[in-house]
Amino acid sequence: MIIWMIIGMAVVTAIPRIAPTLFIHLLTFPKWLDRSLQAIPYAALGALIFPGIMTVQPDAPQIGIIAGLTAVLLSWSGIHIIYVVVGAILSVFLMT
Amino acid sequence: MEIQQDTHISSSRLHMIQKGFVAGLPIMLGYLPIALTYGVLAGQSGMTNYELTLMSILVFAGAAQFLAVGMVTAGTGIVEIIIATFVLNFRHFVMSLSFVNRLKHTAVRVKWPFTLGLTDETFTMTALHSREADEKYGSYFYASLILTAYLSWVGGSYLGGVLGDVIPSRLSASMGVALYAMFIGLLIPSVKKNLKIAGVAIVALLTNYLCQTAGLNQGWAIVIGTLLGGLSGVWILGDEKEDEL
Repeated sequence: MIIWMIIGMAVVTAIPRIAPTLFIHLLTFPKWLDRSLQAIPYAALGALIFPGIMTVQPDAPQIGIIAGLTAVLLSWSGIHIIYVVVGAILSVFLMT
Repeated sequence: MEIQQDTHISSSRLHMIQKGFVAGLPIMLGYLPIALTYGVLAGQSGMTNYELTLMSILVFAGAAQFLAVGMVTAGTGIVEIIIATFVLNFRHFVMSLSFVNRLKHTAVRVKWPFTLGLTDETFTMTALHSREADEKYGSYFYASLILTAYLSWVGGSYLGGVLGDVIPSRLSASMGVALYAMFIGLLIPSVKKNLKIAGVAIVALLTNYLCQTAGLNQGWAIVIGTLLGGLSGVWILGDEKEDEL
């Protein structure tokens, strides 16, 4: 039973991922659509960060928020992303 | 001369593979603790190590795999689990559209395997390394980055299933923030270059938040937030700096 669940999950996950490669060359997007596709990564980042970050410690949403602000400050200072990640982990570690 | 040229080509390939691996390191750091946790929980739900590792190999989507494990534990039917997976992962369709549109000049036979490896993390990381896409051997960069993430996820899942809880709980709970910090670390440098980019992210984040507060499930809320955020980019970002996006 589990194996069919895994295969089913794999299929419904793979199809949306692959589908655009099958038809993208058949389409010419108008300029506005092309530009909105270029903005998708920034939009995706926004939607992935919040409100999800508040669930880092589900019983204490402020911990996720504070760790997020720590990451913003660290990143703004211009250090490499790996240190931003390590810094945010440390901030949660110290708060819990 | 020919020999020299050959070494030059193979060293620039190697260079792109190395660059891809380095770009994949933050993803590895974020994935490992989550994959270990997934392996542990999946093992507790009654799945064998073979099954839980196979799921990571074939599905490669963290949130959906956690959801599935939770539903297996709760005794939910497999049709419901597959539908929930589809809804939760449909955002990758939007991401893949943006990804393949950016790689317009890459052959389909090269880019379709990449799209199978698209997750929130590999998509956003590659999107913000678009300069490498245009460089020679850019596909080596992509392949290396995606494989780094994939092998971390699959390897971590297997280890979680075999070893059980190896990371102290306080540390693994703290490491749950890693991927969010990575997303922030990807977004901020772009915002520093062009403040208007923050506008796009905020439209997406507020839409996602409002949709979830209104009771929409997380999968569709993220899809709608991402789409509206992308559309808002047409007005917010205007014509300027198009090449930098």
